[in-house]
Amino acid sequence: MAETTNIPGTGHHGDGETRRDFLVLTASALGAVGAASVVWPFISSMNPAADTLAMSSTEVDLTPVAVGQSITVVWQGKPVFIRHRTDKEIKEAEDVNVAELRDPQTDASRVKKTEWLIVVGICTHLGCIPLGQKPSDPRGEYDGWFCPCHGSQYDSSGRIRKGPAPLNLALPPYAFKTDTSIKIG
Amino acid sequence: MTAHPSQAPAFQNKLVRWVDHRLPVFTFLRHELEEYPTPRNLNYFWNFGSLAGVVLVIMIASGIFLAMNYTPNADLAFNSVERIVRDVNYGWLLRYIHMNGASMFFIVVYIHIFRGLYYGSYKAPRELLWMLGVVIMLLMMATAFMGYVLPWGQMSFWGATVITNLFSAFPVVGEHIVTWLWGGFAVDNPTLNRFFSLHYLLPFVLCAVVGLHLVALHQHGSNNPLGIDKKGPQDWIPFHPYYTVKDAFGLAVFLLIYCFLIFFHPNFFGSPDNYIPANPMATPASIEPEWYFLPFYAILRSLPDKLAGVLAMFGAIAVLFVLPWLDTSPVRSGKFRPVFRIFFWLLLADAVILGVVGAHKPEGWWVLIGRLSTAWYFAHFIIILPILGKLERPLPLPTSIAQAVLKGGARMEKP
Repeated sequence: MAETTNIPGTGHHGDGETRRDFLVLTASALGAVGAASVVWPFISSMNPAADTLAMSSTEVDLTPVAVGQSITVVWQGKPVFIRHRTDKEIKEAEDVNVAELRDPQTDASRVKKTEWLIVVGICTHLGCIPLGQKPSDPRGEYDGWFCPCHGSQYDSSGRIRKGPAPLNLALPPYAFKTDTSIKIG
Repeated sequence: MTAHPSQAPAFQNKLVRWVDHRLPVFTFLRHELEEYPTPRNLNYFWNFGSLAGVVLVIMIASGIFLAMNYTPNADLAFNSVERIVRDVNYGWLLRYIHMNGASMFFIVVYIHIFRGLYYGSYKAPRELLWMLGVVIMLLMMATAFMGYVLPWGQMSFWGATVITNLFSAFPVVGEHIVTWLWGGFAVDNPTLNRFFSLHYLLPFVLCAVVGLHLVALHQHGSNNPLGIDKKGPQDWIPFHPYYTVKDAFGLAVFLLIYCFLIFFHPNFFGSPDNYIPANPMATPASIEPEWYFLPFYAILRSLPDKLAGVLAMFGAIAVLFVLPWLDTSPVRSGKFRPVFRIFFWLLLADAVILGVVGAHKPEGWWVLIGRLSTAWYFAHFIIILPILGKLERPLPLPTSIAQAVLKGGARMEKP
């Protein structure tokens, strides 16, 4: 560029950079920043919309769920497993040596009331719905859930025990509104 | 791509001449389609590039008409596809052309790729041509995946769930990426909408990359079964009429097979589960991707760790990008590489085995077979090819295409 600028007003500064080079650089840098910042609204528009976010909580009445029974409720389009655990299931979950687990968590840290286990019913491997909610379903070797897709097995605390899944079944944020009703989300 | 107006005779038709003087499309077509110098020894494996181009056109044409009757809404999509098949005039034909076209597209492109692997078509000076081809394959995969989601059957929904969940394997940002891909907290209406939008867009992006693929191809011309460069006019023939006719014949054979599928076994490649409407609360007993993804699915499942599996699956394609630099042999064609040839067939067998593994539940022997064939796939590219190029003693190359093809029986120029 420096060799060709003989036009008045584009004065040389030796053989190196000229004011024009500086202007080109700053202008293109600013242009790039501007273009990049306009990209953000487009990217952000693909994130969950306000109405999707608004449907983010679900209330559940637990009274009809008998001991040993499980129900599936929908929260944010995802299945949430609610299990009224039996004493045997609670004991199995509490007696596990936490150090041996792939994703070490105590049973106590995963429940608010020991008889109610509330987890997101989505396999942490690749998102299938594990079986084990119906009495006729396979529950795996640990009295929990069995994922039919790639064979992950969860225990009666929803913790991963066998198979490819890396993590325990996720815990949705929830609170007991009364002794027998909860609000998820 | 520069024209040679001095050599070319003027066009006879006055209108053509008038247009060409202002917009040189006729010169361009004559140069790139008619007189385009092509090796005289191309075999039928060289038909598959132009075949892939024809299938792309068929897919875009049938897709545009399907979109006129399709509704990208989670509540309506499944029924709108059923309506296309049952009520829309010739809708069944359009859908079956499109559905089976996807499978035919992959058959053609996989043969095209293995042709390139055998004859060393990825070697200098065609590295970028090859890499653009890999980009085309990636775009095809993305397009096919999103297209399969649109009918919103059980396989559509759960296929989408499993594949989008792959991105959750990445640490820290994984979950955010998945939510962003879904536009919600599960695969749902926003996901279907954007997949439809992208499924419509990507084929046109694909066309643009195909254009670049052709520009790169015409820069140095086709490779050939001998893998040696053209040395003079005795080595090449004009594309038209020799290869236009050969391509047309190949196309006719191809269309016979394609039509047989469309009219007699339209659901041969499909899964019956996809005729059950999507149910986010129940996963089908086994989720299996379309056949053309099975080898990659097998690689994904062979590794016990989720992130490692995902990286291996993407790596299986990424390794193709650097293939021109992994294969260290200066000889292109497998015809003159006796040891490479053995490994080529082993790789082909390995890919088929991976496909079979992908179709089975990862239990018992399948796990071991899957792991071994995954290891072999990567070993072929990363270990065997670089070493082989240094150790192998290739057979003597012919001095020219004409010499090898005509066996000295015709006019030949001394080297």
